[in-house]
Amino acid sequence: MNPKAIILVGGPSRGTRFRPLSLNVPKPLFPVAGKPIISHHIAALSKVEDLKEILLIGFFEDSVFSSFLQDAAREYPNLHIRYLREYQSLGTAGGLYHFRDEILRGNPDQVFVLHADVACTFPLVAMKKAHEGHRGLCTILGTRVPRDSANNFGCLVAKPDTNEVLHYVEKPESFISNLISCGVYLFDCAIFDEIRKSLENKKGNVETDIYGREVFQDGNKLRLEQDLLRPLAQARKLFVHETKDFWRQIKTAGSAVPVNGLYLEQLLQTNPEKLAKNTPGGPEIVGAVYIHPTAQIDPQAKLGPNVSIGPNVFIGKGARVRDSIVLDNVDVKQNACILHAIIGWNSKIGCWSRVEGTPSAAHNSTAVTKSGLKIQSITILGKEVSVKDETIIRNCIVLPHKDLKSSCENEIVM
Amino acid sequence: MKALILVGGFGTRLRPLTLTMPKPLVEFANKPMILHQIEALAEAGVTDIVLAVNYRPEVMVSILQKYEEIYNVKITFSVETEPLGTAGPLALARDILGKDESPFFVLNSDVICDFPFQELKAFHEAHGNEGTIVVTKVEEPSKYGVIVNKSESSMIDRFVEKPVEFVGNKINAGIYIFNPAILDRIELKPTSIEQETFPAMAADHQLHSFTLEGFWMDVGQPKDFLTGTCLYLANVNKCNPGALANPNSGYVHGGNVLVDPTAKIGKDCRIGPNVVIGPGVVIGDGVRLQRCVLLEGSSVKDFAWIKNTIVGWHSTIGRWARLECTSVLGDYVTVKDEVYVNGGSILPHKSISANITEPQIIM
Repeated sequence: MNPKAIILVGGPSRGTRFRPLSLNVPKPLFPVAGKPIISHHIAALSKVEDLKEILLIGFFEDSVFSSFLQDAAREYPNLHIRYLREYQSLGTAGGLYHFRDEILRGNPDQVFVLHADVACTFPLVAMKKAHEGHRGLCTILGTRVPRDSANNFGCLVAKPDTNEVLHYVEKPESFISNLISCGVYLFDCAIFDEIRKSLENKKGNVETDIYGREVFQDGNKLRLEQDLLRPLAQARKLFVHETKDFWRQIKTAGSAVPVNGLYLEQLLQTNPEKLAKNTPGGPEIVGAVYIHPTAQIDPQAKLGPNVSIGPNVFIGKGARVRDSIVLDNVDVKQNACILHAIIGWNSKIGCWSRVEGTPSAAHNSTAVTKSGLKIQSITILGKEVSVKDETIIRNCIVLPHKDLKSSCENEIVM
Repeated sequence: MKALILVGGFGTRLRPLTLTMPKPLVEFANKPMILHQIEALAEAGVTDIVLAVNYRPEVMVSILQKYEEIYNVKITFSVETEPLGTAGPLALARDILGKDESPFFVLNSDVICDFPFQELKAFHEAHGNEGTIVVTKVEEPSKYGVIVNKSESSMIDRFVEKPVEFVGNKINAGIYIFNPAILDRIELKPTSIEQETFPAMAADHQLHSFTLEGFWMDVGQPKDFLTGTCLYLANVNKCNPGALANPNSGYVHGGNVLVDPTAKIGKDCRIGPNVVIGPGVVIGDGVRLQRCVLLEGSSVKDFAWIKNTIVGWHSTIGRWARLECTSVLGDYVTVKDEVYVNGGSILPHKSISANITEPQIIM
């Protein structure tokens, strides 16, 4: 009984909706609540009994994850975490099948599969318990979303008493159910036989290369959701475990702000010692605020709620930060005001300037523009952007290395 | 001889091309922008070239090492830790520029022309003063800073910033030659050569102008990049027509078409005028191209129509697609069949499946 885990991290051409931040960091390593997105996944996996190995699978160059893996090895000495690089797009299930020898080495009985771009409390231990209580091949983590946004996701219809999934449709055109897939799965390792069957169904026969390994022709990608989960539901081998905790997708860069807030709220419940506190002579803190130990905050600044401050940040006298992520080495001058924004690495925010976004109303919306106009959203400054004193930058997305010398509104600044 | 090229920062004006490629390496007429300058400098006898940069990407270092061997020049990166303006970099490179008494060239990395370095040097040595600015004539001088000479002389009298009334039509072309004595005027701090150093030199009667004959363009942003391409191709047609596609080969229309030998062109195309087709580009049948640049590895499917557009490396344009109005595609962009793009700035790796009818940035 030694489960393994896989985190699907995607690739550089995938994270385009996370621009401009993904121009400087791969999305899975973007920090929310003080640590990279996938560190939250790993923290949850580390609590699963007997789980010793985590494989990251994606299209990034090997070097992208090397320092992250070193840090993770120090933090979790009992976990073996590796990165496996895909060179050819085989679809999510095809990628898993491609690395089946690595995954099945050591004969694990179960394997967790987590998409990197979701945020939740990852109730994996409860999921595992539920999985072991039924005879299915797969347990899928499910959550309820507002009815009008359900068709953006994989929708599930389940038997209320047994949690057996009766029907699974990926992004249906009409309403099917408000119970959706969280992108977090637990499979029995027999799933690899199912993938093989799906592959055979899909193409009739499996071709092999000169080494006897199976190869897929382009256009024969095998997708986890459509090509694997659907048939599993039809075969009554798919079960859902519903979580009542928060769940969000991290698609656009702006979605990192609400996710940051949710993870910080969670920390406030579970590990409040990791968050900033009001101290005599310290800055005013409201709600859940994370401040990296190397950041310097002026005692007359006010931060929070839902604020993460990165390493070596300087926040000047009289500055105000709320509902925002401030990344490494940012310099916020005195009396500046930052609301609903992400401030990129090494940026400089001038005195009395105001950087402001609009919290997005729609749950998990991904569009940046609508009929050519920029949608009201979180304001994002890329790496090394400077904002001149006394200007206002409202509802903008600014690409890296720009000097903003005057105010701008509702613009993408390239 | 020595030269300094002011490369500067991240070339944000030329985005989305410069999001993945340092500006000096973006191909202008199938040759990296900086190579146009290095070649001309080497031909004029320059052996030491300093690149003044704010950052030094690895890809640039390795490519320039290759050029050092090919052109037998020494290329040094002079990296600013803080932006030093247009004059500060001269002070930073003082050790190289001032190592002997010979004059040195300075040029902005964005300018394209038929670089007249030898004539410039002869002119400079003939007047014997500290500096010479290359000037070019423009139609609308009110948008620029105009240079006014003393009457009947090449000596510069004054500079007029964005003149309201006509005082002349000669503007600074961003190419200079200086005696090392200029280095005594410049401190190692952010300084503008145009606004601080030059007026002081003019006041001391040390600055002359050299009028550039022929074409000139600052190609630092997409619209001007395309205009500059037209001017450059017209000049090639005048000086070295054999380098262009044969105007009698069935597909060429209106001339001034530059095609890399490794590109493939389908049947029944009409290409030109003013088109640059890069290495490995594949063009389908019945394609219409005019006033556009297709960078390396891009492909244009059958019956597509492209005008006033830069297509980035390895991008794909679908059948019956139509691109125009200064559209710029980053690398690995896909425009689906039948899609219309009217002034889209499209970042790398995006796939465009719906019309872009008004100019906008697709992030």
